[in-house]
Amino acid sequence: MSLRLQAQSLACERDDRWLFRDLDLDIRAGEIVRVEGPNGSGKTTLLKILSGQLADYEGELFWSERPMREARESFLANLLYLGHAPGVKAALTPLENLAWYQALSGEKPGEAARFRALEEVGLVGFEDVPAGQLSAGQQRRVALARLTLTPRALWVLDEPFTAIDRDGVAALERRLVEHARSGGCVLVTTHHELTPCAELRRIRLGGGGADDGI
Amino acid sequence: MWAFINKLRSPKWFYAISARLQPWFWAAALILIVTGTIWGLAFAPADYQQGNSFRIIYVHVPAAFLAQSIFVSMAITGLVFMVWKIKIADMAATVMAPLGAAMTFIALFSGAVWGVPTWGTWWMWDARLTSMLILLFLYLGVIALRGAFASRDSASRAASVLAMVGVINIPIIKYSVEWWYTLHQPATFTITGRVGMPMEMWLPLLIMVLGFYSFFIALVLTRTRSEILRRESNKRWVRELVEEAN
Amino acid sequence: MTASENSLAKAAAALREEPGDGLAVAVWATLKRDLVLMLRRRSEVLNPLVFFALVITLFPIGISPDPALLAAIAPGLLWVAALLAALLSLDSLFRADYDDGSLEQLLLTPQPLALLALAKVAVHWLLTGLPLALMAPVLGIMLSLPAGSYVVLAISLALGSASLSLIGAIGAALTVGLSRGGVLLSLLVLPLYIPVLIFGAGAVQAAILGDGVLAHLAILGALLALALSLAPLAIAASLRISING
Repeated sequence: MSLRLQAQSLACERDDRWLFRDLDLDIRAGEIVRVEGPNGSGKTTLLKILSGQLADYEGELFWSERPMREARESFLANLLYLGHAPGVKAALTPLENLAWYQALSGEKPGEAARFRALEEVGLVGFEDVPAGQLSAGQQRRVALARLTLTPRALWVLDEPFTAIDRDGVAALERRLVEHARSGGCVLVTTHHELTPCAELRRIRLGGGGADDGI
Repeated sequence: MWAFINKLRSPKWFYAISARLQPWFWAAALILIVTGTIWGLAFAPADYQQGNSFRIIYVHVPAAFLAQSIFVSMAITGLVFMVWKIKIADMAATVMAPLGAAMTFIALFSGAVWGVPTWGTWWMWDARLTSMLILLFLYLGVIALRGAFASRDSASRAASVLAMVGVINIPIIKYSVEWWYTLHQPATFTITGRVGMPMEMWLPLLIMVLGFYSFFIALVLTRTRSEILRRESNKRWVRELVEEAN
Repeated sequence: MTASENSLAKAAAALREEPGDGLAVAVWATLKRDLVLMLRRRSEVLNPLVFFALVITLFPIGISPDPALLAAIAPGLLWVAALLAALLSLDSLFRADYDDGSLEQLLLTPQPLALLALAKVAVHWLLTGLPLALMAPVLGIMLSLPAGSYVVLAISLALGSASLSLIGAIGAALTVGLSRGGVLLSLLVLPLYIPVLIFGAGAVQAAILGDGVLAHLAILGALLALALSLAPLAIAASLRISING
């Protein structure tokens, strides 16, 4: 089994407009792939197709060199997806939110792990505050705490830097690079300019096609 | 068999083959319905209890049969669409829903018309009419759900799920309504309650039922063809067809 | 990088073949989460009950306060009002999760979505259907419901409202992504409620007449069994369609 997500001739049509056509992707271990493009060019749609949430597309997806249809269970077991909306319930505290994610992903339940995850993202002292009373940036950090809480090989992150302050941005960038260097893989869309590094690769959407640039 | 299913995936193939099939069904529908109507209205014997007003069954019964069959067809095409991703199936389901709703309305209306000379009232909560009314609501629900989605793929899949859920419920609803009716109402004669209808009466009825079914198939073929042209309007074969026509 | 950060990163990058066991843990956690969420918004739990009482109040005002008349129609009135109250709270079953992004996370777990959805529906029944069933006898007094049918009223509502939650959840799942989903939800779900209504109100009528209660309750139970086995699959399929939207 290998950490490899491939797409062949991917095409998606929305409102009588092709977002992208004939898109080929090959995402492997050790890479940070940044999907870029103007607003409305289909970045979020592409991520949702790749993570299996959207079924309205043409083309084939492969995980670990097997067709996605067969390998879906294995794919989901290795995927951590953070979407536009943080997925944080306002009425629950960060600890309670993380407890649910822990249980969903089959991790052993444990407060220590959750505390450590919150510490990683700088939310010490806010563990018991209902998330609705936290700022947008803090809520986003609760979501980002899942990166530590439930270790997964493939990270698919849609605008993860939203509302994060400068220190947080630097810390998150470090995490992404660390993850790639240890053999994991990151697929990310963001308006934020990532610091160039060896692991970084770019895919540009918009304009009816896609360029796979380095 | 699998070759046939694969052919079905091509709207263009279906468009061509339905062009050849549809005249036959329209002809059959016309002949059967005209024959059945004239026979039933003019030549079949009058009922000893209800007189001439029973003749409405020549419209009511075929419409009621069709109303239920169309819902089942809609559920089947929905299933085919969800499992095998055949677009034609969804196009057919799209055109079947309003047709089924219209049939249900005709069944209800003809039932009400029959009620005036018989019960002295335009409406009666008997088991058949009540079940038909609920069926009408189920149809309206499918039509409304399909229209509420912005993305056509989501609309098609949602309508398919609802049709399948509805079709499972239809026998349950029928049974429940009959139970409810027998508990609450004294036994009154229903529109087709009798056993052993003489052949002079049920033969024209059979012809009308067959005529209605032919009409249904013909109309579905024709409207599916329009739906194909509408959905595939950006394909080359459609544009060529339109250019040839002009 | 420190040694612990290193090992953490390595653990993240390690590939898993199959999802870990933990279905029971996931289902229980979802159940608990939804319970806590609903209990923290106490007004949401009380609203359907107040609605139930209000609707019952409308009928004597709109029709007639004559106790004999009310007694005759009480079983049906109580059932219809409870049914509508349960329907009212269904729209928010999945909507909050849809809005804040939790629903897409639910769809991405390797655990079977049908069972997780069932956990949510169970909470809805526990905090809406069951309270309605327990409150109904009190409202029955106000409608001069004949004696001997109060227990059957509560039991039939408890059994029936479980089916109503399951069937209604299918509608809620289909309409969660639509902006004005609420009215459409009622239109989709009410025809499917009719069998439950017939046997539920019928059970109370049977208790008044003195015969046939068990038959009605048995059929309510059968409907519940059918709903329990089929509805979760439909709910899961519908949620995936709505996320697609």
